[in-house]
Amino acid sequence: MQELARGFADPVLEAQDVFRAAMRALSRPGRPQRLVTELAPPAPLTPEAAALALALCDYETPVFLDATLAAERAVGDFLAFHTGAPITADPGEARFAFISNPLEMLDFSAFAPGSPEFPDASTTLVLQITGFTGRGLSLEGPGIKGRIGFGAAPLPAGFAARMAANRALFPRGVDLLLAGAGEVAGLPRSTIVGED
Amino acid sequence: MTSHHTGEMPAIRYNFAYLDEQTKRMIRRAILKAIAIPGYQVPFAAREMPMPYGWGTGGVQVTAAVLGPHDVLKVIDQGADDTTNAVAIRGFFEKTAGVATTTATAEATIIQTRHRIPETPLGEEQILVYQVPIPEPLRFLEPRETETRQLHALEEYGLMHVKLYEDIARHGHIATTYAYPVEVAGRYVMDPSPIPKFDNPKMDDCPALQLFGAGREKRIYAIPPHTRVRSLDFEDHPFAVQRFAKPCALCAASGVYLDEVILDDRGGRMFVCSDTDYCAGRQAQGHRGEMAAPAAGQALDVMPGLDPGIHGVPPVLPAQGVDGRDKPGHDGVSDRVGGAGGMP
Repeated sequence: MQELARGFADPVLEAQDVFRAAMRALSRPGRPQRLVTELAPPAPLTPEAAALALALCDYETPVFLDATLAAERAVGDFLAFHTGAPITADPGEARFAFISNPLEMLDFSAFAPGSPEFPDASTTLVLQITGFTGRGLSLEGPGIKGRIGFGAAPLPAGFAARMAANRALFPRGVDLLLAGAGEVAGLPRSTIVGED
Repeated sequence: MTSHHTGEMPAIRYNFAYLDEQTKRMIRRAILKAIAIPGYQVPFAAREMPMPYGWGTGGVQVTAAVLGPHDVLKVIDQGADDTTNAVAIRGFFEKTAGVATTTATAEATIIQTRHRIPETPLGEEQILVYQVPIPEPLRFLEPRETETRQLHALEEYGLMHVKLYEDIARHGHIATTYAYPVEVAGRYVMDPSPIPKFDNPKMDDCPALQLFGAGREKRIYAIPPHTRVRSLDFEDHPFAVQRFAKPCALCAASGVYLDEVILDDRGGRMFVCSDTDYCAGRQAQGHRGEMAAPAAGQALDVMPGLDPGIHGVPPVLPAQGVDGRDKPGHDGVSDRVGGAGGMP
């Protein structure tokens, strides 16, 4: 039996701090926000993705793990213990999905897009990435003054087209949080993503 | 604490910002979805708060979920920092979160407001939290929640245009002066809460994040920064804000929203800034309106030396459609029905 990695040292204030980073990220799409945590979750779950999970997930939010995360039993144990969230194998019923390998991620259509009456009942995807490049994609929409460049790696082929298909569902659709080292950026469904 | 063996009640301790952590997470998830779908009303499980519905329970829950120990909180009620509702909510967060509070708009990181947007332009790092009595802009046109939800889903807002048209047919102009409906990011029609329509243009392309909380109705919605917010109108009856015939009687500011203050029972009245921080700031800079205390060096209270017996003040009549009501305090449902003109 492996020892369980610890959760937030201060659950109240750290959760607030991580939430504020996520809120700034989604209200200012494509602009990475500082997200610093001391968590040391089991690999391949990254500290930043773990911090978002501990701040936002609980028994009300079924969590989906991609194949690489699901293969590591310690990850599911860590999330289940610290958040109480049920781990689901069905991406369509997940409120949060954690993706450690964006290159092989499922199509957005596998996740819950919400309904026309309740578009908020949709999955938030947390993508673990290695870093932000600031170019490759162009973003416009709510939260963005004019148009900005954005890039992150790794992202799957045809990412802009996937985001465009997601945008076409608006107000339905999934929302993305991209968690890199010490940073998080948001790509909500409202953002119009183009190739730069 | 010396209460262990004395039989006294122990001091009451609260979680940071009063709410329990699960409630905060639930509200935070609603806020994130609200930001992702600008103008859409996200249902949330609003809790009982230690204040009655109508006194800002929605705004308080949003503020409590967002607030951190480094935030500086400002609370206004119809523009004023010193009315009962504002003072009570500021005190609530001083007590339960120990955060710094301010009355200066520029110093605040979070501003909770009832029915005004401050005159001082907001910045990128600020968050404006609105207290909302009735979040559904179509509610007085269609009472059934199931129906209004369908109308939003179908982007069917003809009813609202009919209502505005009926205003024109009856009054010659759009007589809605507060809670004036807006379209957010080209999609959802949204109730901006009962702010005067004077404030509507400030919501458009605002650099601050705007969050709306309705406690009794259990809805949260949001406008991200730099989002297009358009007040509904017609080509031949374009949206226009209230104008005032004279500047503020205390600080001489023009282009700001003024409250009417009745001075006596002979028709005496004055118009002063509804934003007390803005007004006090201008007076501190030496600006003097026609009824301000004359000399510098005197106390700069918001309404210095107002003698209830003053009369013979020339009537200052504002232009059309000014909502000069000043009802600090709470929002009953009936607060909304009358002023918006002919409801079908």
